[in-house]
Amino acid sequence: MSTVVLLAVTGLGLGALYFLVASGLSLIYGLMRVLNFAHGAFLTVGGYVGFTVGKHLAHGASSWPGFVLMLLVGTLTGAILALLTELLLIRRLYEREIEQVLVTVGLGLAAVALVNGAWGSDSQSFPAPAWTARTTSLLGAEIPNDRFVCIAAAVGVLAGLLILLHRTRYGLIIRAGVENRAMVTALGVDVRRAFTVVFVIGGAAAGLGGVLAALYNSTVSPGMGDALLIYAFIVVVIGGLGSILGSAAAAVGVALLQQFTNYYAVTGLGDFMVVLALALVLLIRPTGLFGRTA
Amino acid sequence: MTEPVLSVRDLQASIKGQHILDGVSFDVAPTGVTALLGRNGVGKTTTAKSLLGLVHRRGEIRLDGERIDEELTHRIVLRGVGYVPEDREVFGRLTVAENLDLAARDRSELDLVHRLFPELAARARQLAGTLSGGQQQMVALARVLQNRNRLLVVDEPTKGLAPRVVSEVADALASAAESVPMLLIEQNLSVVARLARDVVVMAEGRVVHRGVAAELFDSPARLQALLGVHREEPEAAR
Amino acid sequence: MSGLRAVVRPTTAVAVVVLLALLPKLQLAVPGVLPGPTWTVGTLQLLALCLLVGALAVTYDLLFGLTGLLSFGHALYFAVGVYLFAISLQKWHLAVLPAALLTLGIGTVVAALVGAISLRVGGISFAMVTLAFAQAGSLLVYRNFGGLTGAEEGLGLSSAKLPGSLLGVANTRNLYWLSLAVCVLVYSAIAWLARTRAGRLMAAVRENELRVQVIGVRPYLVRLIAFVVAGALATVVGMGYLLVQGGASPQITTSSFTLSLLVMVVLGGVGARWGALVGGVLYTLLDQRLTVLASSHQIATLPAALRVPLSQPLFILGTLFILVVLFLPGGLAGLASRLRPVDPHDGGEAAHHELSYPAAMEDVT
Repeated sequence: MSTVVLLAVTGLGLGALYFLVASGLSLIYGLMRVLNFAHGAFLTVGGYVGFTVGKHLAHGASSWPGFVLMLLVGTLTGAILALLTELLLIRRLYEREIEQVLVTVGLGLAAVALVNGAWGSDSQSFPAPAWTARTTSLLGAEIPNDRFVCIAAAVGVLAGLLILLHRTRYGLIIRAGVENRAMVTALGVDVRRAFTVVFVIGGAAAGLGGVLAALYNSTVSPGMGDALLIYAFIVVVIGGLGSILGSAAAAVGVALLQQFTNYYAVTGLGDFMVVLALALVLLIRPTGLFGRTA
Repeated sequence: MTEPVLSVRDLQASIKGQHILDGVSFDVAPTGVTALLGRNGVGKTTTAKSLLGLVHRRGEIRLDGERIDEELTHRIVLRGVGYVPEDREVFGRLTVAENLDLAARDRSELDLVHRLFPELAARARQLAGTLSGGQQQMVALARVLQNRNRLLVVDEPTKGLAPRVVSEVADALASAAESVPMLLIEQNLSVVARLARDVVVMAEGRVVHRGVAAELFDSPARLQALLGVHREEPEAAR
Repeated sequence: MSGLRAVVRPTTAVAVVVLLALLPKLQLAVPGVLPGPTWTVGTLQLLALCLLVGALAVTYDLLFGLTGLLSFGHALYFAVGVYLFAISLQKWHLAVLPAALLTLGIGTVVAALVGAISLRVGGISFAMVTLAFAQAGSLLVYRNFGGLTGAEEGLGLSSAKLPGSLLGVANTRNLYWLSLAVCVLVYSAIAWLARTRAGRLMAAVRENELRVQVIGVRPYLVRLIAFVVAGALATVVGMGYLLVQGGASPQITTSSFTLSLLVMVVLGGVGARWGALVGGVLYTLLDQRLTVLASSHQIATLPAALRVPLSQPLFILGTLFILVVLFLPGGLAGLASRLRPVDPHDGGEAAHHELSYPAAMEDVT
């Protein structure tokens, strides 16, 4: 029983990371039809910049204020990177979707290479508040506390996104645009600003995810964004392009499937199953489980 | 005629490499309804979309004398062009109120909308996707009519609707047309006969007839030739 | 093609091949770019790699440039070629020819299976499914499936398994010529295919599905054929790669590598076959030589802000890629064709297809 609880909470923690990356990707794809291959880079750079700030703090990042600062810096970094990407690269290619995807591929490769060069390609250990390294007892299982931090952050982001989507004008435009972008413009709304908003939100969530992923793994490494990105893509597709709730549900589902299969069956089989699940969903319901029907 | 509100010259448009419009030219008078007619597939909807910049187009399009053929869609709409698309295209996952909010510009005609479509107030929080076809058509009309417009472009508003709803929609369009000129694409000839003053008939991607509606409807031979229908059996709702 | 072009193009091609074949006998040196004159082992090894990767890029151009299929998992078939060939030689102790045939057979079957499944959907969904399958393959490799793939360390190829003519430093020339042969074979096969009815259908399917359906041909089949041929040829290139590298490393199964195929083709010019080849060669040169160049005196003395980016091949390639997509959509081939005088008689269709990206991706709904 305690194993199940441990797997479940660890799965939720991993799902939290997936959600942070997938939520932005889902909105970006849903609204802009851009498959943002640079999203992993947003995460990685956000994580590394947060990490660097942490190392330079007087008390180190092992204090809570320091850690919170790292989270903020990571989020901000991701947001700024996304803003620059959208303004300088994506905008120029308005309505040329394949080229937009290509440009994000190039950016993803270049940004990770830069991280490789600037910080080195080895993983480095990530300083965090001591509490996160300890465990808490829950239903008989000893759960590492960093999982709780990830889950709390993801829940916060989910709530924030839902409020944004349902209580603000930009949210209205985004929700409508995900359904039918052409019609939104045909009602006199300039969707391009919504594009920027969505990109920045995605970048911010990814940057936050970067710092939290480093916490979860206890290390930073240049490949951490891309490693998560493939699973985030899977979550986005399964959950439905453009659906935040779908991403949340799929993130949890995918992560739990992975954890339990990896443990109870063969290690590594879980990852494999998830990839196959993607293929299955795509073939049966190309718009995803929560996606809009034609 | 006095200066037309909309003037189209040599409009060409293509979709996915297929050439659909092959030099369309016509005017829309500054008052009343101009009906755009033609059999299925001649390019009526493509013409409407070209006016709005929703498809790749070439040619001259002038709104009150100013060229709009190179502008982005939202800018064209902001100049006062209200577009009611074929198949309504309401946002199913938004509520009725949200559908209206999204399209709100100046909202100067909100009273008119409340008068024309009293049901919508009651259904304000209902998801638009759960509405009937007729109700969705009301939403599609309301979101455009709530603002002040210089021109309305309405594409097959009675498509697929029951006869009772068809006349409600026609009533609403008649009301709207009292103050704003309209380009109306419509297959239902009774609606056209009731509303339209001028007609423009298309075939195979170009305009083949321009004239006054009354003259066209008085000549069954012409109607048959241009549209393939007999006036005695008006095209009822499909 | 008009008269002069019809003669000039194949002649140039033959001349280039002959020149390349003669390189090991020549003393050509390109300091900085090549590690030594063209008869040296290091340079021949590098050039062999360039030719193979270039050939791989051409197979990807068949998929993306000609048929308009944006696949994110093409490296899978290349990896099958490398790994399966290595495994059948090393672990199953097959002789070279049976191993090669087995590898080619399995590679083709895998491509057929994956293609049959993935092509049921279009646009982004297709791209994601191909990515998923490639990722699954990568997972198998990294997890040392069945104890066969060697996980992170990869697989070495012991010399006992190979014919003597390919072994040893002195025979690097033979490996080079083998690579050249593979490259020429792959390139010609694809060029020939593009001219056949099947090839024209592939180009047609890229532009406008409806026109293909109207003549009674199923676009699905056309795409599937392109997919399988591209995959099978990629497997062939993979086998050559194994021989030249002397081993298999899991890096070739990563999405990074597949994406770099995309980079190569776009840099060279989507739809221009020789552009893809040049893209592949350039990519490999940059990738292999930049680290050496980066430690050279000129770069080592630059301030860190310049030195760090310039020492990372993927940074340069990524940035170049972005610039090409933004400002030079036709890639290098596009640049070249703009510099060439326009031939009014040149229909241009048979020799190279349009230098443009496939139309915006449509999801199947």
